[in-house]
Amino acid sequence: MSVALATETPTNLSPQKGAGVIGVHGVTKRFPGVIAVNNVSLTIHPGEVHVLLGENGAGKSTLVGILAGLQEPDEGYLSLKGQKTRLASPSASLDAGISTVFQHSMLVPTLTVLENLTLGAPWHERPPRVAIAARMEELKRDFALSLPLDAITGELSLGQQQQIEIARALLRDSKVLILDEATSMLTPQGAEELGARMQKLVQSGLAVIFITHKLAEAYRFGNRISVLKQGALAGEMGPEELKGMSEDQAIDEIVRLMFGREAGATSIEHRTSTARAETVLKVADLSTQGDSNVMGLENISLELKTGEILGVAGIDGNGQKQLAEALAGQRALTGGRVELDGEDISRASVAQRRRNGLRYLTDDRLSEGSVGAFPISENTVLKDIGQPPFWVNGIERPQRIAQHARDLIKKFSVRTPGETTPIGRLSGGNIQKVLLGRELSGEARVVVFNKPTYGLDLQNIDASRQRIAEIAGNGLGVMLISTDLDELMALSDRIAVMEGGRIRGIVENDGTGEALRLRIGRMMAGEEEHKQATA
Amino acid sequence: MTMDNDINPTSVDPEANATDATGAATERSAFQRLMTVTVGPIVAAFLLSAIILLLVGINPLTYYGYILERSLFSGLGLEQTATRMAPLLFLCASLIIAFRAGIWNLGTDGQFLLGAVVAAATAPLLVGVLPGWAVLLVGFALAAIVGAIWSIIPALLKAYQGVNEIITTLMMSFLGVLLASTLVKLAFRDPATTVPQTRTLPVEDRLPRLFDTTISSGLVWGLVAVLLVHLMMTRTSFGLRLRMVGANPAAATHAGLSVPLLTLATFGLSAGFAGLSGASEILGVAGNVRANWNPAYGLMVIPLVFLARFHGVGAIVLVFFYSALLIGSESAARRLGVPQDFTLVLVASLLICLGLGEYIDHHKRKKER
Repeated sequence: MSVALATETPTNLSPQKGAGVIGVHGVTKRFPGVIAVNNVSLTIHPGEVHVLLGENGAGKSTLVGILAGLQEPDEGYLSLKGQKTRLASPSASLDAGISTVFQHSMLVPTLTVLENLTLGAPWHERPPRVAIAARMEELKRDFALSLPLDAITGELSLGQQQQIEIARALLRDSKVLILDEATSMLTPQGAEELGARMQKLVQSGLAVIFITHKLAEAYRFGNRISVLKQGALAGEMGPEELKGMSEDQAIDEIVRLMFGREAGATSIEHRTSTARAETVLKVADLSTQGDSNVMGLENISLELKTGEILGVAGIDGNGQKQLAEALAGQRALTGGRVELDGEDISRASVAQRRRNGLRYLTDDRLSEGSVGAFPISENTVLKDIGQPPFWVNGIERPQRIAQHARDLIKKFSVRTPGETTPIGRLSGGNIQKVLLGRELSGEARVVVFNKPTYGLDLQNIDASRQRIAEIAGNGLGVMLISTDLDELMALSDRIAVMEGGRIRGIVENDGTGEALRLRIGRMMAGEEEHKQATA
Repeated sequence: MTMDNDINPTSVDPEANATDATGAATERSAFQRLMTVTVGPIVAAFLLSAIILLLVGINPLTYYGYILERSLFSGLGLEQTATRMAPLLFLCASLIIAFRAGIWNLGTDGQFLLGAVVAAATAPLLVGVLPGWAVLLVGFALAAIVGAIWSIIPALLKAYQGVNEIITTLMMSFLGVLLASTLVKLAFRDPATTVPQTRTLPVEDRLPRLFDTTISSGLVWGLVAVLLVHLMMTRTSFGLRLRMVGANPAAATHAGLSVPLLTLATFGLSAGFAGLSGASEILGVAGNVRANWNPAYGLMVIPLVFLARFHGVGAIVLVFFYSALLIGSESAARRLGVPQDFTLVLVASLLICLGLGEYIDHHKRKKER
């Protein structure tokens, strides 16, 4: 089958040039409050490893979901060999010859390899063990896939489990193989092997779609690279173009596509600094424990002055949230110290830190910041439970809480029918206003914002940014964690770049615009900074 | 848990709704809701049971008439009904704490029985040693402590390992019921009797009766317990902390609350009240524990607390009607030759209809949005 495919490839391509094996035509997919994929068009060619590159939330997974038949596009359509088609279910996608290896294993760990390979076959047939064994021999020869058929799947390494999924796709005679973040759980050596295997697969005539957020892999393993940014296609680099570039040149170009300003975007005015001389927050050698799901922090050191906005840039999931939690006291430190106004608060509880003026506005408004079923009034005081004047000797004073909530609603222009409305019924922007009001009540000294404008509409984004600038103007120290470089460059005095749980560098926001943006982009991608620019 | 802050359907007050901006419309829909979630299902349940009664050849009107007469309209029946309420009320208090804090303590039967056995084992021995009120106090205190101790394993597993407490509390409940029986047979057995049971607390040393009736003053303590728990959960900072842990543990951590410690507190309080319930039955009514005695009040009360939406006053009202039903149908069954278990048929159809009412109401509200 694979041989047949290889020979028919050229004839398939020539009559309808550029049709490819799958076409994605102007696909848009919306979720409540977000456009996950925005008018994306792609062509997947047989014989190519097509890399989809982008940050978390850039729309890669949604696109994979659409190709795998898990989701259907709201607008636009898919085509197979030039024919418009619908992939309404995972089985439709499989029938169309598209196999997906998801980031997280889709195997049954307690079954044997053979059983996993035959899952999904008609129930009345006996597993064709002999036939499968013969095919596996072929696969072993052609693609170096060696799998013990009778081993229990859960006892194999993650790399081998991934091979099972690839083998399963090949046994189905798939024409397109999608590998979603396939290297994220592999050792560097395993990743290299996968890269080599992908090249063998495409040489046999398959099309491989390889999703990653690692720039170097994209260049080394890919024949064609498409960069997604905030759901839209930011650019594409074809095979000829890529061949003509060195790795450095290619990565520079990718960085430009991923982090560069898109043409036509309105420029945001750079805020004039309100930083003063006095240091309000000092973090020295802070480290936290990581595990397989949570990034650990290593030797984070930074200082924040009153009136200053320190931006924290980085691709989502590189330890920014852990840093915010460690500062707020929600995450235990394994080393280092945190000083607020010269006082060591490394061992202080969340409540003590809050009373000392350290405030943390979480990025997870719904599941961490608020209790959706509780009324707005209670949500405004959730971080002050038991404190006067809202509680006296442990007894609630509903009138005072309601008054406080009404004041907050007015001051931060929260749009709500009243303070008794459950907060879960408000829009994201209005919840954000309530939470901001909660963090700013009392004597705040430092506010840590984690992605404060994420998921808000334009008007609320502007209002939030203005408020952040005002807060710094009032002499508070602001740490602004954001994945939006435009936002950071508009507001920050300095920008720290996080990657892999470390700070890769801290740069002055000197208004050098595009050059600075690319420098930050390279650090975000984990590339060591070539120029010694750390301030 | 979304029902947390809803108004209790049984206590919907038209005046409270009149203050609402949409006055008349809300009032009408509140009335409709009352019909769908409470009155309608109750009528439907009695009709359903009536059909079954007709099928077995009994006049349902006579049967229902007996229930009303025996449980509410006869002095003795009303007194029995009121007395039966006491342990159920303590259990409501136990479950309101747990459910509002998001903990599914389904092990109240084990906690109840162990509390009862400990109270029954100690109180008779202390008579004469301590003054009467102190005997009762010690009995109640020990019962609460033992009930709480029986929840330690599920509590620790839940708080520090996230083990599902539905499974662990149920399992501990089975063990608790068997342990209680074993204790009666082996350790606390009254040597003076042939049937295995504990020593009996003399009637004059039990909880005093109310005025000139046979109603145990356990009823008063039960009412106090439910109301106190209700106020604690709704009006104090401690209650809000517990509710926050129940509603959103991540938000609680974010706000600086210690979720594990509050979880332990929830288990301790809930199981403690279950223990008190056992003591109230022994020190107020029964006076001793017979081996293999297990009224299984804990599981009975769960649907009532749910239907009351964890609201103290609602729970009291429901417990009153439930007790009346239990007392009344016991004697009605005896007189009309219907099997005793027919009570369960009536109760079951009531629960099913109430559940259906909730379901219909939920769908209607969804449509309105």
